[in-house]
Amino acid sequence: MDEALQLLRLSGIEPPQGEPGSPAWMQSLIDALCEMSSRDALTGLANRRQFELALARELDRVARSGEPALLLMLDIDHFKRVNDTHGHAAGDEVIRAVATALAESVRPMDLVARIGGEEFAVILPNCGPAFGHAVAERIRQRVQRRGIAIAMPRPQAVLPPLTERLESSGEAPGAHEISVTVSVGGAFAPQWVRSTARIWTERADLQLYRAKSEGRNRACIEPTPISEVSAEEKGLLFGTSQFQDLE
Amino acid sequence: MNPPVNPSSPPEAAPAAAGRRARVTAVTSGKGGVGKTFLSANIAAAMVRAGERVLVLDADLGLANLDVMLSLYPKVTLHDVITGQRSLEDAILPGPGGLSVLLAGSGMVEYSRLTPEIRERLLAIIQQLLPRFDRVILDTGAGISDVVLFTVSQADEVLIVATPEPTSLTDAYATIKVLATTQGRRDIRLVVNQSNRPGEGRAIRGQLQQVVDRYVTPGLDSPVKLEFVGEVPRDEGVREAVQRRQLLLEVQPGSAAAQAITAVAARLLA
Repeated sequence: MDEALQLLRLSGIEPPQGEPGSPAWMQSLIDALCEMSSRDALTGLANRRQFELALARELDRVARSGEPALLLMLDIDHFKRVNDTHGHAAGDEVIRAVATALAESVRPMDLVARIGGEEFAVILPNCGPAFGHAVAERIRQRVQRRGIAIAMPRPQAVLPPLTERLESSGEAPGAHEISVTVSVGGAFAPQWVRSTARIWTERADLQLYRAKSEGRNRACIEPTPISEVSAEEKGLLFGTSQFQDLE
Repeated sequence: MNPPVNPSSPPEAAPAAAGRRARVTAVTSGKGGVGKTFLSANIAAAMVRAGERVLVLDADLGLANLDVMLSLYPKVTLHDVITGQRSLEDAILPGPGGLSVLLAGSGMVEYSRLTPEIRERLLAIIQQLLPRFDRVILDTGAGISDVVLFTVSQADEVLIVATPEPTSLTDAYATIKVLATTQGRRDIRLVVNQSNRPGEGRAIRGQLQQVVDRYVTPGLDSPVKLEFVGEVPRDEGVREAVQRRQLLLEVQPGSAAAQAITAVAARLLA
């Protein structure tokens, strides 16, 4: 029990409320532990477990409601170089900064998750094909523009030359600012069709692979048929007085 | 009775026909829950009564429900044929009202995404069905997924099901637009289900045609024409038949909806 409370404290999650040992307190403890087990320890984002749960739920919702939904898979470009050049602590800083940039680029209803070392995923419910690319591009740009302050690497580390993607602007002694880029792949859930989470993530992964192979720092979204209906079209469809016989 | 050549069919939908060959009708809607499967089964039954050999293929691979609609518990399904475990003969089942059915069955979830292999298998299955029937009805899934678009591309004609609901009309319009622009469809048939008053279906056709004329046809080489094939009125008998999981044409043959469906079938056969 002490260990559980200690873990919660470390994770920055509210300790259970009420009289210790009471049913309400136990319930509150379980809730807090659930909360902790669904979060990524480094970034505070949803973790892989929570992501898979949310993905399955979203798929089910889309199959029944027919509302569109977009899944984005993201990967930090050349992340190994960050670790090699600046050390693992800097790598953690970069991951945290990307996590913040992602969370700031999407709506509160969207779920941002860290699903692997330098891999992230975003589930965007109710996001139609017309907006997919814009959203992915907004995320990509926000990550690219973000300066990430890192501590100077340890003196004994041999510094390989900085790449064009790891721009250095460190005037402040002891601190250093770098920036990273991400590749983004996206796929829409098949509307009205019961699919599997595996198929959906595979499709998004395929686009991420495309983004990587086309040179990184870009967003690729699986193409969908042009099925959007504009406001003008809807206006004409419904505008005239209740379905006059026009024949 | 050879089917009339449909000049607007996409090339892959019209293989060289030798002798009798079924006319293939894809029933689709955009929006789900508008009565697509219900109409497919009952229109097929009406065609059987008119002397046709009819098969309904449950092409709604992801959310197949023709089996539920008709109280069928298939042992052999399209899934078994696609995976090569059973022959097509084993999977063609007698349904109520003298129609034949080919059911998607469960285990089709993996086909919600169209891979080249599945595409090939479905294509081969449809081709094998053609010489055996006069009519093949493809009950497609809702939405405009690649599976739906592929299935529709295999049909000689498309029948869109819409209800007077605004969401259904919007989705029907989106479907028409996609079929016209991506498959070269120019003649699209429309049936309005759950109409609230006589004449509403025809008015809806006019409304859809007007938007198509204004926003779809200008980008095309020739105009898209919506042919109204009838309206099926709201009818308490329909809910009853669906709940009893039987054909409306069998349990309530005299109902207004059953008569309307028979008229729609006659127009499709004409």
